[in-house]
Amino acid sequence: MNRIVLLVEDSPGDVRLTREAFRDADPQIDLRIAVDGVEAMAYLRQEGVHIDAPRPDFILLDLNLPKMDGREVLAHIKEDDDLKTIPTVILTTSDAEADIVTSYKLQANCYLSKPVQLEEFESLVKSINDFWLTRVKLPQQALSN
Amino acid sequence: MKIAEDDGMPIEVLLVEDSPGDVRLTQEAFREYSKPVRLHLATDGVEAMAFLRHEGAYVNAPRPDLILLDLNLPRMDGREVLALIKKDQSLKIIPTIILTTSDDEADVMISYQLQANCYLRKPAHWDAFDGLVRSINAFWLTRAKLPQQIPNA
Repeated sequence: MNRIVLLVEDSPGDVRLTREAFRDADPQIDLRIAVDGVEAMAYLRQEGVHIDAPRPDFILLDLNLPKMDGREVLAHIKEDDDLKTIPTVILTTSDAEADIVTSYKLQANCYLSKPVQLEEFESLVKSINDFWLTRVKLPQQALSN
Repeated sequence: MKIAEDDGMPIEVLLVEDSPGDVRLTQEAFREYSKPVRLHLATDGVEAMAFLRHEGAYVNAPRPDLILLDLNLPRMDGREVLALIKKDQSLKIIPTIILTTSDDEADVMISYQLQANCYLRKPAHWDAFDGLVRSINAFWLTRAKLPQQIPNA
């Protein structure tokens, strides 16, 4: 079964790196992109052009995003009884303790900081694939919608 | 002279598990880990909550950085422990990983609904069990940023 991953990220460079790293780790992964928080929520709620968007198995969420920031997106996901079961992992350049604590309080499933070195970034994405998309048991797609 | 990579503080892990065999396997897999890990054990849900709330014999128990929680436990089961942790404003930020033999989709779903940080199924074979505990170490204790100990959260 092809895993659908929603990447919420506004930096084109990081989108490209993540896409290439996932392609190397597992070419079967279906990576979808939302470039800001509003688009992420429209995708998840299947609004507008996202009406046929498939439910992601896993979400990678940046914190600092245009229009609606990642903290707010996270809060919306975890307040929604249907969306809250999708594992949502924060992937951000912020190393601030306040961001880490806030994210876990909002029930982020995990917090990862983006490495600055290219090889480390690739290795992190590979480890996300190995752990979250291989080891972890993800919930089955909800049948309700 | 080699300088330790960590800051010297051991990582405190609470394992909530009633099977002595699984406790032993987990202890051994953690012992081989490069960073100092202090593994604390609670063998049922009531003991786990007493540890987390510093009650009775656990008045001086450290706050764990990570919790590994079995679902099927005597006295208070893991689903109830998970619900209590995630309803508690201070405890909810501790990453809580379900580690269970159950492959029942209903258990997976309820665990994520209760905001388990992730769900892992215990493999039946020793090698695979060891590999799984190593992957927990590698991901959660090395890659992931855990919240710092905060006394008055």
